[in-house]
Amino acid sequence: MSYRITGSTGEWEIVVGLEVHAQVVSEAKLFSGASAEYGGEPNTHVSLVDAGFPGMLPVLNQECVAQAVRTGLGLEAEINLFSRFDRKNYFYADLPTGYQISQFAHPIIGKGKVLVDLADGSTREIGVTRLHLEQDAGKSIHDQDPTRSFIDLNRAGVALMEIVSEPDIRSPEEAGAYLRKLRQILRYIGTCDGNMEEGSMRADVNVSVRKPGETEYRTRCEIKNVNSIRFVMMAIEVEAQRQIEVWEAGGTVDQETRLFDHVRGETRSLRSKEDAHDYRYFPDPDLLPLVIEQSWVDELKAALPELPEAKRLRLEQEYGVSRYESSVLCVEQAIADFYETVARGADARLAANWMLGDFFAALNRTGRSIEDSPVSAEGLRELLGLISDSTINGKIAKEVLEDMVETGDSASAIVERKGLRQVTDTGAIESAIREILAANNDKVEEYRGGKDKLFGFFVGQTMKAMKGKGNPALVNETLKKLLSE
Amino acid sequence: MSGIHDFTLASARDALKARKISAVELTNAHIDAIERLDGQLNSFITRTPDQAREAAKAADETLAKGEGGSLCGIPLGIKDLFCTNGVRTTAASKILGNFVPPYESTVTANLLRDGAVFLGKLNLDEFAMGSANLTSAFGPVENPWKRKDSDAKLVPGGSSGGSAAAVAAGLVLGATGTDTGGSIRQPAAFTGIAGIKPTYGRCSRFGTIAFASSLDQAGPMARNLQDCAILLESMAGFDPRDSTSVDTPIPHYESALKRGVKGLRVGIPKEYHVEGIPAEIEALWQQGMAWLRDAGAEIVEVSLPHTKYGLPTYYIAALAEASSNLARYDGVRFGERVGAPTLDGLYEASRAAGFGEEVKRRILIGTHVLSSGYYDAYYLRAQKVRTLIQQDFLKAFENVDVLLTPTAPSGAFAQDEKPTDPVQMYLNDIFTVPASMAGVPALSVPAGLDARGVPLGLQLIGRFFDEETLIAAGHAIEQAAAFHHRPTIHAGVSA
Repeated sequence: MSYRITGSTGEWEIVVGLEVHAQVVSEAKLFSGASAEYGGEPNTHVSLVDAGFPGMLPVLNQECVAQAVRTGLGLEAEINLFSRFDRKNYFYADLPTGYQISQFAHPIIGKGKVLVDLADGSTREIGVTRLHLEQDAGKSIHDQDPTRSFIDLNRAGVALMEIVSEPDIRSPEEAGAYLRKLRQILRYIGTCDGNMEEGSMRADVNVSVRKPGETEYRTRCEIKNVNSIRFVMMAIEVEAQRQIEVWEAGGTVDQETRLFDHVRGETRSLRSKEDAHDYRYFPDPDLLPLVIEQSWVDELKAALPELPEAKRLRLEQEYGVSRYESSVLCVEQAIADFYETVARGADARLAANWMLGDFFAALNRTGRSIEDSPVSAEGLRELLGLISDSTINGKIAKEVLEDMVETGDSASAIVERKGLRQVTDTGAIESAIREILAANNDKVEEYRGGKDKLFGFFVGQTMKAMKGKGNPALVNETLKKLLSE
Repeated sequence: MSGIHDFTLASARDALKARKISAVELTNAHIDAIERLDGQLNSFITRTPDQAREAAKAADETLAKGEGGSLCGIPLGIKDLFCTNGVRTTAASKILGNFVPPYESTVTANLLRDGAVFLGKLNLDEFAMGSANLTSAFGPVENPWKRKDSDAKLVPGGSSGGSAAAVAAGLVLGATGTDTGGSIRQPAAFTGIAGIKPTYGRCSRFGTIAFASSLDQAGPMARNLQDCAILLESMAGFDPRDSTSVDTPIPHYESALKRGVKGLRVGIPKEYHVEGIPAEIEALWQQGMAWLRDAGAEIVEVSLPHTKYGLPTYYIAALAEASSNLARYDGVRFGERVGAPTLDGLYEASRAAGFGEEVKRRILIGTHVLSSGYYDAYYLRAQKVRTLIQQDFLKAFENVDVLLTPTAPSGAFAQDEKPTDPVQMYLNDIFTVPASMAGVPALSVPAGLDARGVPLGLQLIGRFFDEETLIAAGHAIEQAAAFHHRPTIHAGVSA
């Protein structure tokens, strides 16, 4: 089903393109040796190059180039063996040199794509126009003094990848799915940590609307610097609404840059096209054109980890899990790794079931992530082994897992300590059932009179009497036998 | 010929090694000369006599042990465009205020490594933008030369005017210069000294305040080419901190002096016979050809068809880069700040107060040629023409080893004869700019005096990284010209 917004003149389609700024994972900045680590006391991760001191020159950090190439490979994109750095000139207090070094005319990565999974189970391909490397600016702090602003240059010069999508996105959901998938790919490859709260991933959102069936795009607005997936989705919705209202009132949408105010749930004009900066791009004469070898690209490709799409397919095939289960397990590399450790040497489908169910629930309840899970993959595998070999049943296993989370003890230790070993002694089961049947003569009569549904009642009563430890299959079997006597 | 001020850099080096003179003596003599003469010349912006004496003392200790680099104990002046650790660096601009860099440029670090003694920071055109050293915020530099018939103050050329004047007047044994479109060669010619603009990438630009990054190149200025060769060997070298510096071995340039020019093919670019060039410049050029021919070289006419586009395209490319390079002088982090209630106000006030007229003019032109709608017509075109100019040289060098041209279209003019039209002023660079645009090395050697007694220079242009052939050919001219004239104002002349 296509996403449509209904206005007073009928239905509207939205057209969205995203420019994602992803901070490159690297030790040092793009053109200086200063640390690229997040945080730190203000102005402690700053070299003289970053601060734009006279005579200072940029020197390209090769690791950042490798990260961009890896990302390009992850996006199945064209890798440009020739690219170039340009200066984007504008004055701002947190831009020390008065220009940002970026790649304008010749980006390092060309056309690529991202496959996004939608809630209805369908998949869409969103085109990537380009990816280029550029420097981040510093941070201006305006709220610490009534008359002065402060500048923190820790971030100045940190490497960013600007990843520009085609205007292929047609709904807020697709935008969210695209961002999640992009983040997933970046995190898999290890080129960006995708942490939107710390600003290591930010998005500029280009939105326009048109009537279904129109082939031309109408004027778009760019919403700058949106810093969460939820806000991106909200911003698209409210901006599309605004534009529809403008068109339907007989007006025209002006090309402009806008800001999203999530508190008020609206976008506001930041500057119009007329006020747009003239960035006076030109090739940075301090840097040579960036020429890389195909053999180097091949090396990087060979060393690339398995990507989400491939991993999802493999888990389906190798472990017999469903597409849904596989895609959830592949959201994070660490989860998939955890799963595979559990699944190797256990019932793989049971493992998927448990991870997606009780195990994730336990993580959520304790507020832990997979990396610091209170139960190790080996521990979970042992627990599942106890189910498979009928030492305990599924219900008891839930109790054991809770105990494991709480105490950190192993599954078998808990089973021993609590005496939870399943009863498979048919004599013990039979005597328990006989007691139940004797105490419920009336129900036995009803059952024998044709009220089949009462079978469940007898199972429940038996298990209750056996404190849940009865082997379910044996309980069923014995009940059937005794009831038909 | 026996006074301390008769030393060349090379002979001072030898005397120091032989302990015939001490570094302290040599340094003190130069400090005295600066005190005596520089009130008039204004070639220094910052003098560092105390530091110099300390360095000289240390040099003597090193020399006493029979050790020391090629420049141990040699007093030099540093163009105030090179950042010097702990010593104020101004670029002759108000906007840098009392900026004291906490770092040393690679070129000056190399000189210090080899034992040089720095006497101070030399005056220049503001941000190296000028051809007469009239745009310095610290006042103009006076050329130590006088016309025979007048006492008018002459310009030393620019932008390395302070370096040229200080060397010519015997205040230093050598100096660093930088050359973007002729800023070493033209002032060398105007003051009767030698100067080399090496191949682009030969000397690191790290720590040198940028004018036009794709053209700026540091080089030596000294009494003769032997001195320049000694200095260049120290200044040159690959630097990982400058991505445009080139990793190629540094030859022993001094050895090239003895090579001679027998069999050398010397090209005479016919397009350099520009209209309106004074007859005595043309005559000097012919003389240069004759000297080289007599020394065994072959003179060949060559064509550099895009020469006439050199000047206009240079002023587009250089000023575009300058407009961006000078954006960092905004009053926010260092240098002069003029307070204002808004950020834009702070920029406007600081830059209005900090930059001089010529710098502002060039920033405006550079900003204009990069502007949306003009970029293709100006900057992009200039880049294309620049490639053609470079190809002109490459093609010419298939057939000849060096090119011989005049360095400047005139001798030094008087400060008050400065053309009122800035474009007229830019014509000073007409012979020097093409080599800068191509990135090839070039030098200027003094070759004679004009009718009014003011020195004139000849320029040699060479192949990429072939400074040695240039030096060999230049030395042949030096020997033939036997230029031993001295300026009116000179340390060796008692008042």
